[in-house]
Amino acid sequence: MRRPRQRTKKTGPAMPFETLVAGSLAYVALMFAVAFAADRAAARGRAGWLDHPLIYTLSLSVYCSAWTFYGAVGYASRSGLEFATIYLGPTIVFTGAWWGLRRLVRIARMHHVTSVADLISARFGKSNRLAALITLIAVIAATPYVALQLQSVSLSFEVFATDAPRAAVIGGPAGGTALWVAAGLALFAIIFGTRNLAADERHHGVVTAIALEAVVKLLAFLAVGVFVVWGLAEGPVDMLDRVARAGRDPAVAEGWLLRPDRWTALIVVSGAAILTLPRMFQVMVVEASDEDRLRVAGWAFPAYLFAMSFFVLPIAVMGQELLPDANPDLYVLTLPADAGQNLLAFLVFLGGFSAATSMVVVSAIALATMISNHWLVPAWLALRRRPGGEDADRDLRGLILNARRLAIVAVLGAGWVYHQASGGSVALASMGLVAFTGMAQVLPAMLGGLLWRGANRRGAFAGVGLGSGLWLALIFLPSVGIGQMPLLPGGIDPLAFAIFLSLSLNTLAFVGLSIFGFPDPVERLQGLSFVSAVEPVRPRSPARAEDRAEPLLAMARRVWGPDEALRFFRAEAAAQGKSGYLPDPTPDFLTRLERRLAGAIGAATAHAMIDRVAGGVALTVADLMQVASEARRAKEETRRLESARAELARTAGQLREANDKLTALSVQKDAFLGQISHELRTPMTSIRAFSDIMKTPDLSEAERRNFAGIIHQEAGRLTRLLDDLLDLSVLESGQARLSVSAVNLHDLIGRAVQAASATRPERSFTLDRDMPSEHLGVITDADRLLQVLINVVTNARKYCDAERPVLTIRVHRRAGGGAVIEIADNGRGIDRARQSLIFEKFSRLNDPARAGGAGLGLAICREIMTVLGGDIAYLPGQGGAAFRIVLPPHPGAAGRSVGTAGSP
Amino acid sequence: MPDRPLFLERASFRRRRLGDAARVLPVLALVAILLPVWWLPAGVSLAFGAVWLFGTWAVLIVLVWALHRGLMRAEAATRQAHAQAAPEDEKDGAGDAL
Repeated sequence: MRRPRQRTKKTGPAMPFETLVAGSLAYVALMFAVAFAADRAAARGRAGWLDHPLIYTLSLSVYCSAWTFYGAVGYASRSGLEFATIYLGPTIVFTGAWWGLRRLVRIARMHHVTSVADLISARFGKSNRLAALITLIAVIAATPYVALQLQSVSLSFEVFATDAPRAAVIGGPAGGTALWVAAGLALFAIIFGTRNLAADERHHGVVTAIALEAVVKLLAFLAVGVFVVWGLAEGPVDMLDRVARAGRDPAVAEGWLLRPDRWTALIVVSGAAILTLPRMFQVMVVEASDEDRLRVAGWAFPAYLFAMSFFVLPIAVMGQELLPDANPDLYVLTLPADAGQNLLAFLVFLGGFSAATSMVVVSAIALATMISNHWLVPAWLALRRRPGGEDADRDLRGLILNARRLAIVAVLGAGWVYHQASGGSVALASMGLVAFTGMAQVLPAMLGGLLWRGANRRGAFAGVGLGSGLWLALIFLPSVGIGQMPLLPGGIDPLAFAIFLSLSLNTLAFVGLSIFGFPDPVERLQGLSFVSAVEPVRPRSPARAEDRAEPLLAMARRVWGPDEALRFFRAEAAAQGKSGYLPDPTPDFLTRLERRLAGAIGAATAHAMIDRVAGGVALTVADLMQVASEARRAKEETRRLESARAELARTAGQLREANDKLTALSVQKDAFLGQISHELRTPMTSIRAFSDIMKTPDLSEAERRNFAGIIHQEAGRLTRLLDDLLDLSVLESGQARLSVSAVNLHDLIGRAVQAASATRPERSFTLDRDMPSEHLGVITDADRLLQVLINVVTNARKYCDAERPVLTIRVHRRAGGGAVIEIADNGRGIDRARQSLIFEKFSRLNDPARAGGAGLGLAICREIMTVLGGDIAYLPGQGGAAFRIVLPPHPGAAGRSVGTAGSP
Repeated sequence: MPDRPLFLERASFRRRRLGDAARVLPVLALVAILLPVWWLPAGVSLAFGAVWLFGTWAVLIVLVWALHRGLMRAEAATRQAHAQAAPEDEKDGAGDAL
């Protein structure tokens, strides 16, 4: 890269032919190296930076072909600002990138679409004939366009290599140059475009090289622009003056006057072209790894177009001023060359070369994919079709790749032949527009297919056929000198007229036949999938399926090669839970297989091949209904599963709670056992100790009696404890027998106070009772209730620490029958923190020695009250320990009248 | 706890409104570029036209850039809110972006 430039400088203003060739070859070698390195990196799985949105955006710049690079200035010098329509259309389309283009890319990737023809064919029932028709239009439109690129390279080459750059003569060695360029580009496209038959058809090498070329052409163009505005003119203000001055020339002013009809038509056509041109579809949709690239490209690509257009008008005006006789299409090159800026001119040459080559390479690859998938392979399969035979031994991959190589050579060859035949006499700009208007005829079918489920194949055929017929007659043939554009009255522009006429009749035919037609089932299925952006499902084929997996594998091997096919089949089998390489040919599997195959050979061919091998039968409306009902059933199944899952979650929650409770109970039980053992052991220990002592012979009678007394006392404690435990267990198990009778509470309370007076008899309690209210009859188990009362009163006697203890007992009648007994002392009461514990087993608030019990009393009380249908609770804030005992009118009335939380 | 659903709603609401803006933008662009030429073809053909055209174009690019930036942030916020709310709230409030 450096060497030729330095030599350029030394050799003076004119650049020798060899230097130019050497520089170009070095540049070409660089492109090959970049493409090679990118392909290698991708093959090793290091495609990280290759997938960067910036690379994607730059690769979109293949839109700016040599027509832009050289032709835009020529266009601007003839028609003024109208040149910008070609870049405004795409800008407007890209302002809708977020919802429009992303949707297009997502659907195309979902169906592994390989080209614009494949997209439309897949949408309209996988019709190969439709794809073949679109391929035909694409080839017709692209051939002159490719020729144009070859011409631009040879023209620029010529201008540069001669000593008189002003004389942009045509002829001489141009044909030779174009041939060399075409051959080199074919080589590049074949090496990097048909290296493998990838399922997703991505070419990292080509895309990376194009991205680099995009940078080169942008830099070159900006450099010329800066040179013109700040080098030749005196800044932007002076430049605007010059534009205004140029407009005063009546000839110029007439050409530059914007015409609303042309302005609108060209914006529409260029907006359509960005979606439908095969090369744009290739880089924008097929080479995109996912639709998220468009988040950056949505603004970055319009910015690129803006930058490429910004200096077009200044260069055109300056060219007209300084070089009025030169070819306006080459101002970009001749302006710096004329000013002696050979380095800059060489950069421009490389920029133009980049623009031309990237367009040609991508076009060739895109067209070759279309030609091989929609013309050559279907034709070959149709010719080779033997009844019943599957010719499984043949390697289709080689066939397809060779078909593509052949197609690349054919496309470039056609371009070269066209270039030679036309003698390069056509103005550069018009050929680009011809190609744009041709491919724009595909737009109604494309948009309709993506947005309207009712669009059908006959409509698409009619629309595309009619539109392209009009295009051929009104635009294409006149542009190559056959016939002429219609002469219209009243100054109507023939091109705008032809565009509006062809596009509107195209749309009318498409919509009309779609409305009155009835699509076949495959088409309706695909329509649903495209318009709703849902995964397509192949309807269940009734054919015997089990023995078809192996032929399918054989077929996939023929297309992808053995490794790839085995990998795919094993993954599918694993997904079905099977080992080995042969999955069941379920509809899901067949759908995925077909789409993967479509990624290599197009939807129509893949569909036909799978049908042939898997024994598919023609899809009927009944099958469609089945698909629909299956979908509905699946939806219902999902809903059912969801509700079942919620149910399960609820049950699991309940189980978890139950488990927690059980765990807590188990812990409680362990603690309880530990407590019991401890309680039982204390008296046992003293009994053993004293009985040991009593064995000693020299023991006085008094001592012996004393020890026996202790043993007796401890044994009594043990018995009480065991009685309590038995009592508690009987109560807790709900087996307690009640002997229910009518009792007077006054009698019961009196007996309880009397029985309790045995506890700490040394203390004298003042009793505060309200005798008249105590005469209240209840139906209950008198002995049990007495037990509770004794316990509570005894506790009060035991623990009340007041100087002059007072025991207050009050009885009230409850509203719904039954009674409430409140027993309170005037001691310190019980700490708030421990109030919740007192009814637990073995809970003793003070030291055990003082209490002298096992701590089961209140626990038993609560159990008794529960069994009696009542409740016992601690009453806080009564100025001492206070308990409230609630009694129902009779034991059976528990739930209704008391409403206690009840049993543990 | 009550903050989360509120946040989720805010995020997806904002994203949807930005999505609406993204749908309107192409129409706006078309109008901004077509109408002046329809009405005043002579007025926008020369130097003034160049300034008008490239000015409008630059504004459009900046608008698309700002919109995409806003949409990406809104989507990230929605995703984040979804991820946070996922254990409690499994409803898919937002649906797929186009």
